[in-house]
Amino acid sequence: MIKAILIFNNHGKPRLIRFYQYFTEDMQQQIIRETFHLVSKRDDNVCNFLEGGSLIGGSDYKLIYRHYATLYFVFCVDSSESELGILDLIQVFVETLDKCFENVCELDLIFHMDKVHYILQEVVMGGMVLETNMNEIVAQVEVQNRMEKSEGGLSAAPARAVSAVKNMNLPEIPRNINIGDINIKVPSLSPF
Amino acid sequence: MALKIVKGSIDRMFDKNLQDLVRGIRNHKEDEAKYISTCIDEIKQELKQDNIAVKANAVCKLTYLQMLGYDVSWAAFNIVEVMSSSKFTYKRIGYLAASQCFHESTDVIMLTTNQIRKDLSSPNQYDTGVALTGLSCFVTPDLARDLANDIMTLMSHTKPYIRKKAVLIMYKVFLKYPESLRPAFPRLKEKLEDPDPGVQSAAVNVICELARRNPKNYLSLAPLFFKLMTSSTNNWVLIKIIKLFGALTPLEPRLGKKLIEPLTNLIHSTSAMSLLYECVNTVIAVLISLSSGMPNHSASIQLCVQKLRILIEDSDQNLKYLGLLAMSKILKTHPKSVQSHKDLILQCLDDKDESIRLRALDLLYGMVSKKNLMEIVKKLMLHVDKAEGTTYRDELLTKIIDICSQSNYQYITNFEWYISILVELTRLEGTRHGHLIASQMLDVAIRVKAIRAFAVAQMATLLDNAHLLTGNMQRNGICEVSYAAAWICGEFSEHLENPMQTLEAMLRPKVATLPGHIQAVYVQNAAKLFATVLKSQEGNTDSTAAQETSQLMIERLPLFVQSANLEVQERASCILQLVKYIQKLQQKDVEVAEEVSALFAGELNPVAPKAQKKVPVPEGLDLDAWINEPPSESESEDEQPKAIFTKEETKHSRPRHIEVDEKELARRREARKQEQANNPFYIKASPSSQKVYQDTPGVEHIPVVQIDLSVPLKVPGLPMSDQYVKLEEERRQKERAEKKKKEKKKRKEKRSGRGKKHDSGPESEEDITPAHMVDIVTEEMPENALPSDDDDKDPNDPHKALDIDLDKPLADSEKLPVRSHRAVEAAKSPGEDGDAETVATQQPKKKSGKDKRDDKKKDKDKERKKSKDEKKKKKHKHEEKEEDLLRGEVHEPVVQSEGISQVAELPTSTSAEEAATVAAAEAPVAEVVSGAAQDSEPDEPKDTEMEETKSSKHKKKKQKKEKEEKEKKKKKRHHHHHRHSDGGGEESVQNGTVEEEEPLPSMSNYCLLAENSYIKMVYDIQGNLQDGSQVVVSVIFENKCDSFLKSMEFNVLDSLNSKLQRPEGSGPHDGLTVPFQLPPGVSNEARFVFTVQSIVMPQKLKGTLTFIVKNEESSTHEKLDFKLHFTCTSYLITTPCYSDAYAKLLESGDLKGSSLKLEGVNMPFHHLLARICFHHHFSVVERIDSCSSMYSRSIQGHHVCLLVKSSGQTVSIDAKCDEPTMLGNVLDEIKQTFSQC
Repeated sequence: MIKAILIFNNHGKPRLIRFYQYFTEDMQQQIIRETFHLVSKRDDNVCNFLEGGSLIGGSDYKLIYRHYATLYFVFCVDSSESELGILDLIQVFVETLDKCFENVCELDLIFHMDKVHYILQEVVMGGMVLETNMNEIVAQVEVQNRMEKSEGGLSAAPARAVSAVKNMNLPEIPRNINIGDINIKVPSLSPF
Repeated sequence: MALKIVKGSIDRMFDKNLQDLVRGIRNHKEDEAKYISTCIDEIKQELKQDNIAVKANAVCKLTYLQMLGYDVSWAAFNIVEVMSSSKFTYKRIGYLAASQCFHESTDVIMLTTNQIRKDLSSPNQYDTGVALTGLSCFVTPDLARDLANDIMTLMSHTKPYIRKKAVLIMYKVFLKYPESLRPAFPRLKEKLEDPDPGVQSAAVNVICELARRNPKNYLSLAPLFFKLMTSSTNNWVLIKIIKLFGALTPLEPRLGKKLIEPLTNLIHSTSAMSLLYECVNTVIAVLISLSSGMPNHSASIQLCVQKLRILIEDSDQNLKYLGLLAMSKILKTHPKSVQSHKDLILQCLDDKDESIRLRALDLLYGMVSKKNLMEIVKKLMLHVDKAEGTTYRDELLTKIIDICSQSNYQYITNFEWYISILVELTRLEGTRHGHLIASQMLDVAIRVKAIRAFAVAQMATLLDNAHLLTGNMQRNGICEVSYAAAWICGEFSEHLENPMQTLEAMLRPKVATLPGHIQAVYVQNAAKLFATVLKSQEGNTDSTAAQETSQLMIERLPLFVQSANLEVQERASCILQLVKYIQKLQQKDVEVAEEVSALFAGELNPVAPKAQKKVPVPEGLDLDAWINEPPSESESEDEQPKAIFTKEETKHSRPRHIEVDEKELARRREARKQEQANNPFYIKASPSSQKVYQDTPGVEHIPVVQIDLSVPLKVPGLPMSDQYVKLEEERRQKERAEKKKKEKKKRKEKRSGRGKKHDSGPESEEDITPAHMVDIVTEEMPENALPSDDDDKDPNDPHKALDIDLDKPLADSEKLPVRSHRAVEAAKSPGEDGDAETVATQQPKKKSGKDKRDDKKKDKDKERKKSKDEKKKKKHKHEEKEEDLLRGEVHEPVVQSEGISQVAELPTSTSAEEAATVAAAEAPVAEVVSGAAQDSEPDEPKDTEMEETKSSKHKKKKQKKEKEEKEKKKKKRHHHHHRHSDGGGEESVQNGTVEEEEPLPSMSNYCLLAENSYIKMVYDIQGNLQDGSQVVVSVIFENKCDSFLKSMEFNVLDSLNSKLQRPEGSGPHDGLTVPFQLPPGVSNEARFVFTVQSIVMPQKLKGTLTFIVKNEESSTHEKLDFKLHFTCTSYLITTPCYSDAYAKLLESGDLKGSSLKLEGVNMPFHHLLARICFHHHFSVVERIDSCSSMYSRSIQGHHVCLLVKSSGQTVSIDAKCDEPTMLGNVLDEIKQTFSQC
């Protein structure tokens, strides 16, 4: 079982946290800090396994991590997981991110935490490895993204409009939209 | 209204989205907290709006803030709102937020049950997927119980994407709701052979997780896993399986033997390091499990060690680490093969990587021998000096102590050396392990009697120099050491060179700065020292010295009397008064020394830490029983208890003791003696262990070798352990030289060659004689100690609940709960208690019944059996070893009956017993197999499975369909989970009719809907348990032509009463798109939900299916009309009913009666019942001979009761129902069913 997945940068700022066991928010932050403390002082040429995180789990648990450029990807796993297997899994996850974001960098993770979560959900579920085939993961993620797009997305259209609108004069815009919206909405509302 | 919407969408435009929030936080680096708090206020405003898009956006931002450590549980309700949005985009956001911040005590989780259930059954697989993913993170026992059944259904979903998620989440469900494990397990097992590799891997994953905690329950799966291991090419699956085998082999050594070969092959062939490593690991596990039985696996050990050495020598630190990790496992059983790589491991101690150093340390533990202990510890001590970080240094410290003290100080040849190592360790600043060092000092000083003089001298020095350490004593744990030092000096004060000086050291004012418990020991032991000093001084003629000592005590002790620590204070004032009294006596010239030292006479014996626990409870003693009856209000309260108490005591304990033993005791004593004789550390001269401890004079009989003169007894200042290493070497060399002299000349030459490189030379253990003949007193254990070792298990482990026997056939009471049943359950609770018992008692019966049938069957099947036996024999040779692991599987009739698909699902069956009957009768194959298992050897299921597939090959065309049906049936099966197996009815079935029962014909509820040359549709209607006004129509579409069928649209002309449920936004005449396409020859199932208002009348709905037939050349549009027939039966739901509740129902008088006579029914009674149960959704309440009462319930809660009687070819059915119209229709339909056959 995987107990937690943490992604944070070289300064310990969390970029994604995913606990598969309940901890309070304070405890989560403490675990992140401790993990960062343990991981960050290690050279890049030492092994990627670490025992001794006292907050999560105890003796059966291990931290398995990889360091990419500015980010640490840390998995906290118990002894039922293969160490090298998890290292591969991290690699698969990062490559998947790379495919989905096209040359992923820390900024992608910062601004699209939700998307990263959705991708992770296709890889690991409830602490167990769900899928390791990258093509399959990417395919599922893309189908879901398409669905989101077809629904108009959460922010797709409005967001673009917003960024355009934000710099403009306020009084003007509502009026314009007002007219347009009423025109569109009224017919469908008339039956009431 | 319109304006409101417009306003909402305008507001919406100025809401921050997640990106804006992140950007904002990044722009407000200085006042981040303030900025976020304004953002949270905004979010609160957004959450108040009606627009779900706004809410979803807000929840999305909250998820981000949660990551930053903000508690967002206040928004839990809004999260639930967003989860229940119909749009995938929002739903996904909601579930993500829930999975991040919901947990078991989140109270709104209760509200989600229905929403999740709806999402799970959503036609959109991604809705289902999102719900499963979310649920996996926050499933609670309640959710697990309520949704287990739905999730189990999803395990057979058509989409592998859903199947794999459903399979994985089952593990979480099992953890939260262990009762679901047994009913779900057969299907989980099925998924091990799923055609989709992802699903297969998920199933392997789940079973491995389960088996890791309770391996013994999963041994029967070993053959299946073995097959997977040899056939799978997926490294993930392989790794999991191989890991699982590692857990299973300790329980079944024969499995290990089988594994060695394929595993070694894999080791040789694989290029994946991860796989190689796991193989090596499991081979090691196998070797460990075999180590007792078979010594001839040295080749495999060599292979492992060799491969591990390659890993350790690799430049990749990860491999190095893992190599060491695995090496430590080999070490436990095959230390010799690891010891040859000592050089490599010592090298790793110098590695820059701490993880690797720690692993190497672990290995050292097992590598020490008498020969190299000193050398290794010396090396470690060097590391201790170098190690700057305290954690690693502490780790080193504990390792040193572990290494030295392991197996009762087995490897220590020179305890003086060990003591000086311990003393050296006290110089470590800031260690947390002062306590550990102290307890080692105490342990050695107490148990190694020969070393006491030396230890006392060392401790005295330590006490003397304590002030050097006191500066930082308070803070660091090392001050614990002075606890040990003081105690040793006091207890063994007779060995002290200069007790007076030590006494003074112990009474220094500085001592008052020590922690209380240490001061207390100081005070107490000062008194012991005082006694010793008095004794030595009283021999002198001059009495002033003794009086001066008393004076010293009187002067110093008041400091401790003022101590804030109670213990210190109490002891100090006692002793102060004592000394004052002594002083008075001394002034009168009375000799007091004898009496004072009598205060501290007698020796303390070491007692094993577990001793108390191991005292066996004497036979007949019930610790929970009252010794005295609880006091009544009677007047004689005061006197009586006393009398009873004394009486009781004599009655209970004393005679018991004598009674129990004599013989038994003598036997045990003998056994113990035997054991002691074999234990090198036991003092054999003394008659019994007990005595040694009691009579201190025993010490004199111990053969203590004269201490080597070259060892200085008095070490000036703190001792150096290094010198012992040198001395030891010298000593050994001397010994060797002596030996050499005695040796013959030829040998002598060889020896001297070795002597030069004696460091690594293979010197045998026997050559080293310890410097001191040491007796190590073993710790005392109570007599008759129980040799149990199970006290380390954690009772709170959630996995304990999953320790469930999976091979027992399912009892009906175990079926997964379906929500609608709970109301019923409450009403019927009185009968429920009996459930478990009946199940238990049924088992043997079942067997006997089966046997009987076996005999009968045997003749019939003789010929078939013959041929099968032959086949089996061939297989036997291959799989002999797996066989009896599988015995359990053969006895799993329920599962097997499911495997053979067209078998009528028997909702009638009042228990697993009857299900077994059917299964056995239906499946002669299974029958033969179990028959064979009984008379000769147990059989493998592979055979059964093979036969199964064969039998289903007959119906190859229908195969797909069958699969679907199987699903259905399973689902239905769960509707009867609470069936009460009535004892009486059961009996009558057993004794009466079982033997004459014949196999039931196959039954299916699917009836033809429509058919043309392209497509065939069959359908079945089921009531929806969750909603009284819904029914689900499952339609199986089968492509009969050679073309591709696509764009299928299913449409029905709604009536006033029954309507097809269409997605929001579509008009009342729109058709529903069937969510799949059909390649040639394929069939698939789709479900359509209808709402109905009245259910008392049957209904017919006209409908049309339109579809496009596409082949290479052309594509044509086709359509097919059909009529959906909603019978009244289809509104009934099989509901179990207990006979007492049934009787009450009939008595209530609310029901109206009607009856029906069927003539010319030519079938056995149990077939008749089965048909009514299967086709009309009834359950049998009670059956006596050829008379049976049955019950069912409509989706709107109408009760339907039947009394079915059969005499000859006439069957009469008396029926009662609270809705006469409905009853009439149901009876008509029953009549219809029987007129057809």
